[in-house]
Amino acid sequence: MSANDQRSPKHRAFSFGRIAAIAANTLTELTRQRVFYVLLIFGLALIGSSIFIAQFTFQQEFQILKDVSLGAMSIFSSLLAIIASAQLLSQDIDDRTIYTILAKPVPRFEYVLGKLAGVLLLLAISLAAMAVLFAAVLYFREQAVLSETTREMNRAPQEQLNDALNAVRGAGLNTDVFAGVAVIFLKACLLAALTLLVSTFATTNIFTVTVMVFVYVIGHLQATAREYWLQQPSAGWAARIFLGAIALIFPDLQAFNLVDQIVAGVVIPLAIFTKTALLGIFYVVIYTLAAILVFYGKEL
Amino acid sequence: MSRGLFVLAIILLFGALKLPAEHALARDHSESHFADPELNLDVREKLGQLGFVAALSGFRAVLADFLFVQAHVAWERTEWGRVLFLFRQVTTLQPHVPLFWDTAAWHMAWNAGAAAINDPSQPRQALRVKAQRNYFALGKDFLERGIKNNPKNPKLYESLAMLYRDKYNDHAHASEFYRKAADCPGAPSYDKRFSAYELSYCDGWERQAYIQLRQLYDEGENERLPTLIKRLKYLEVKLNVPRDLRIP
Repeated sequence: MSANDQRSPKHRAFSFGRIAAIAANTLTELTRQRVFYVLLIFGLALIGSSIFIAQFTFQQEFQILKDVSLGAMSIFSSLLAIIASAQLLSQDIDDRTIYTILAKPVPRFEYVLGKLAGVLLLLAISLAAMAVLFAAVLYFREQAVLSETTREMNRAPQEQLNDALNAVRGAGLNTDVFAGVAVIFLKACLLAALTLLVSTFATTNIFTVTVMVFVYVIGHLQATAREYWLQQPSAGWAARIFLGAIALIFPDLQAFNLVDQIVAGVVIPLAIFTKTALLGIFYVVIYTLAAILVFYGKEL
Repeated sequence: MSRGLFVLAIILLFGALKLPAEHALARDHSESHFADPELNLDVREKLGQLGFVAALSGFRAVLADFLFVQAHVAWERTEWGRVLFLFRQVTTLQPHVPLFWDTAAWHMAWNAGAAAINDPSQPRQALRVKAQRNYFALGKDFLERGIKNNPKNPKLYESLAMLYRDKYNDHAHASEFYRKAADCPGAPSYDKRFSAYELSYCDGWERQAYIQLRQLYDEGENERLPTLIKRLKYLEVKLNVPRDLRIP
């Protein structure tokens, strides 16, 4: 081995270490921004405030608590995914960090993967914080209602007491709620990957965010357009082309909207959860690959 | 430019690949009661443009809760027309939440019904009774549609049985719906007992009611509740059950 080889180790075409370094740096940058704290605090405040829902029966209280909390998680994680991903590339270009990084032997795909991993980490941390608060609020309310029920029914037959306690437990915290949180995370990952793709050819942040807001709304309508396109062959050619384009280009965000049914008490079959998760991962992979391809063609 | 077209081609190809998976998943959702309610023009008229867009954008549950809270406020103000209007919106948005159907039916059949019969602004008794019956019918309609959307939920069958028992004095239907509630998975143990109680009030069904009540009695101490014993003793006398077969 020559002395030159000892001084500079051989450059590897792919390195998890480099991606992890970019991801850690991205996470640090994002957590330093006020928008992250504003969104997180707003989400946490909304979940925390659900505890003050008085005047309702415990079923109504738990129903609203779950709906509001999971709704808050869904909207804030989606907003965070779009806003955080929209500025990843443009900010690095503006402050010229991107030139410093890419001047080193860092392939562009590693840069994109690192950036996306940073956003996904941020989303995971934010969602975990909101999920922990939500579970704690629901758990403590459930325990309070359980002890109240036990106290009020201490003279009732054991069978009636058990029925009442089971009703409280049934309306309270259950593991399906966490499956719902996992699906919310997948939806946020999908939005982050798609925002990254849009930002690779966008010229401004506002353009990226605006496009993504439209994608968000159309994505929830995609299923309706797709089913009409597939099942109505008699529709006019203009309508068919339009609906076909929507069905092919946009993701089906409604497929990730399982929380409404989970809160309603419908149990998610494992097969459906797995298929939804695979579809989400498939979307993320394809949008990331497309983002890498566009980024390779971008003149810097 | 060529790279852009290449990426567009990839997205379209991916779109064509994902279509069967998305379609299959939507079918699975539908089969597992995960399908979203159909949000058509009728719903848009009910919700208004903004609400309709919110419902389409994945905020259906939150919007339903918001309207539910508004309905609660309308109930406190005894604005029955508004309560009905809001609960129709709530149940349209979240048809798979039995709680909303049940609460809507309770407001109509019990609260609005009681308000109608005691309405001081209506001097004619016949019109007050008519208004009350209309509210009973609205409550029944909510429960029937709720059951159609949630066929395995015992609570809605129970509420419909209670409505038949308390508002229509129809013990045969009450017994039938308590029995349907008892057949649902996770039903409380009292549903079976209540079905037998209601049957014991039906003329011509005394023998069947006696058999059911006796079976429950024979299941053990847990079922030997005061009402069950009282109804069983009443039927033993009515059916002339031999003394040695009667309960102590």
